Amino acid sequence: MQGEVMCISPDNLLGETARMKVERYRFVTLSCVEISETQVEILYHFDREFQLKHLRLTISKDSSVPSISPVYFAAFLVENEIQDLFGIRFHGLVIDYDRTLYLEEDVKTMPFCKYVAVQKTPESNEEKAP
Amino acid sequence: MTKTIIPFGPQHPVLPEPIHLKLTLEDEVITEAIPAFGFVHRGLEKLVEIRDFHQMIYVVERICGICSMLHAMCYCQGIEEMMGIEVPPRARFLRVIWSELHRMHSHLLWLGLFADSFGFESLFMQFWKIREKILDIDEATTGNRIIVSVNVIGGVRKDLGTEQTSMILSALKDVEKELQWLETTIMSDYTVQKRTVGKGILTGKQAYELGLVGPTLRASGVAQDARMLGYAAFGDINFTPVVETDGDCYARCKVRFREVFQSIDLIRQAIGKLPNGEIAVKVKGRPNGEVVTRVEQPRGEVFYYIKANGTKNLERLRVRTPTFANVPALLTMLPGAWLSDVPVIVLSIDPCISCTER
Amino acid sequence: MFKKIMTKARMQSPWMLHFDCGSCNGCDIEVLACLTPVYDVERFGIINTGNPMHADIFLVTGTVNHRNQKVLRNLYDQIPDPKVVVAIGACGLTGGIFREAWNVIGGVDKVIPVDVYVPGCPAKPEAIIDGVVLGLEKFRGKAETAESISANDFEEEAPCREK
Repeated sequence: MQGEVMCISPDNLLGETARMKVERYRFVTLSCVEISETQVEILYHFDREFQLKHLRLTISKDSSVPSISPVYFAAFLVENEIQDLFGIRFHGLVIDYDRTLYLEEDVKTMPFCKYVAVQKTPESNEEKAP
Repeated sequence: MTKTIIPFGPQHPVLPEPIHLKLTLEDEVITEAIPAFGFVHRGLEKLVEIRDFHQMIYVVERICGICSMLHAMCYCQGIEEMMGIEVPPRARFLRVIWSELHRMHSHLLWLGLFADSFGFESLFMQFWKIREKILDIDEATTGNRIIVSVNVIGGVRKDLGTEQTSMILSALKDVEKELQWLETTIMSDYTVQKRTVGKGILTGKQAYELGLVGPTLRASGVAQDARMLGYAAFGDINFTPVVETDGDCYARCKVRFREVFQSIDLIRQAIGKLPNGEIAVKVKGRPNGEVVTRVEQPRGEVFYYIKANGTKNLERLRVRTPTFANVPALLTMLPGAWLSDVPVIVLSIDPCISCTER
Repeated sequence: MFKKIMTKARMQSPWMLHFDCGSCNGCDIEVLACLTPVYDVERFGIINTGNPMHADIFLVTGTVNHRNQKVLRNLYDQIPDPKVVVAIGACGLTGGIFREAWNVIGGVDKVIPVDVYVPGCPAKPEAIIDGVVLGLEKFRGKAETAESISANDFEEEAPCREK
């Protein structure tokens, strides 16, 4: 993959994105990939004059990730999308659609997860973003 | 003052596509705008699980009909990079020709719709009349008007003979002449300026920080165009991005209008330098690994993230389309605007909802 | 008598409503292309309207998904009788290439009754115009049926049977 890839943890996510902002990187997008039954990987793509930089965050499906939308406003849309399609919760979203960006209110499944057998639905619904 | 909430869309005469905006108004001025999506969401990214990587070309082409060729081109470039395929030079130039034809028809379409959004219907008709000429070229060279489907992994499917290239050049000459005739209308007409100058202003700093792409970004004075990366044959022909500095709806209109002329120039250059040789190479094996690719679409830069695992189905395909990146601009521009300017401002980012939601 | 004149007038100048229902834009811009020079259906008196209450013919492009089916149903209900629905494009007919996508219900006929199907991906303007002309024939049939029903009602002084 072109560009530099850096692995990060949820704790230093906000610190790293703030650093990106200071270094005048533009936000491109997030890509969420399901890597196993319990884990997903979120890639944060940034760009500065066509130089790409990626942050790689691996988390378990039931955990909640801090939103980077207070730092990069443009991130709110894609974070809501991941919330809808993968069921990963982001807390601190600037605009929180609460899983209704694409889905109807009554949908509780995660359409983009291959391993549908995961029984995390009740839990992840409980820990809604504050 | 009391606040009023006005819903805009999903079915609205100005919008060709369903998007819903919840506008909070104080008197006639907008204080807050919240978009709602989901009317066109199909979940195409998930189709990688049942379609193999060759079949996915047809799916990505139908993410959006207006920039279908460029979606397929971006996808093919990604797979080619992953599999280490060297695309023949002729195919790279042919891709430039078709992609610029696509940009022209998309920009003319937008210019027409934009004129319609402020009630200038005869201008709308004029632009769409010119656009039909581009679609005729598409139909003559590929067999279809909108979804041209020329890309395959490893090259292109169709070749252009000398007869066809001279037909393209003569048709472009007509198009250029008619556009020059309309140039005075766009550049100096009182009606156009009255409705667009000073509306929805974005400064260069704002546009850069919001991560905007395409004409919306370039109208604010930031010279960023993915064609500068030199993909396909853009590295071999002269290219400088079109930039305007005012950052309002009028500047966006001018950027797109000038880009149509630029596309004519790029097609002429590409036809002039068109090398002989193969148009596609045979593809063996299966993709494996991770790749990101970018292509400049009419609306801005499209970003593909592709992950494959050596089987015939890809593991993940993620598409960040230009409108997806430009929606935050709407939320910044709309507060403070008049309700009557909403259609103009919404259209000024050239929203493509089927791209946004996939 | 008055109704006959109405039907004839409607046949001469049908107003159409276009709704993009999750299509890729390909068919939408072809529908718009029908209205602009080169094809220009306005010379036949066909006018594109934004208001469902004014429409006679309902053009629908694209697949139906879980969210827009309500909008589609709503628009259909608002169009006054008699009305004709024309589904356009491969995905409007069956779901086309998107039929296996997770959020897609299928063709337009899963939600509302469709009178004319126009195939193609995207459907050409010629095909769309042809579909609308076919739809007009059906429209005449529907209008005449409605007319004869209400005429009978009047003679027998039966309570008005609203359709």
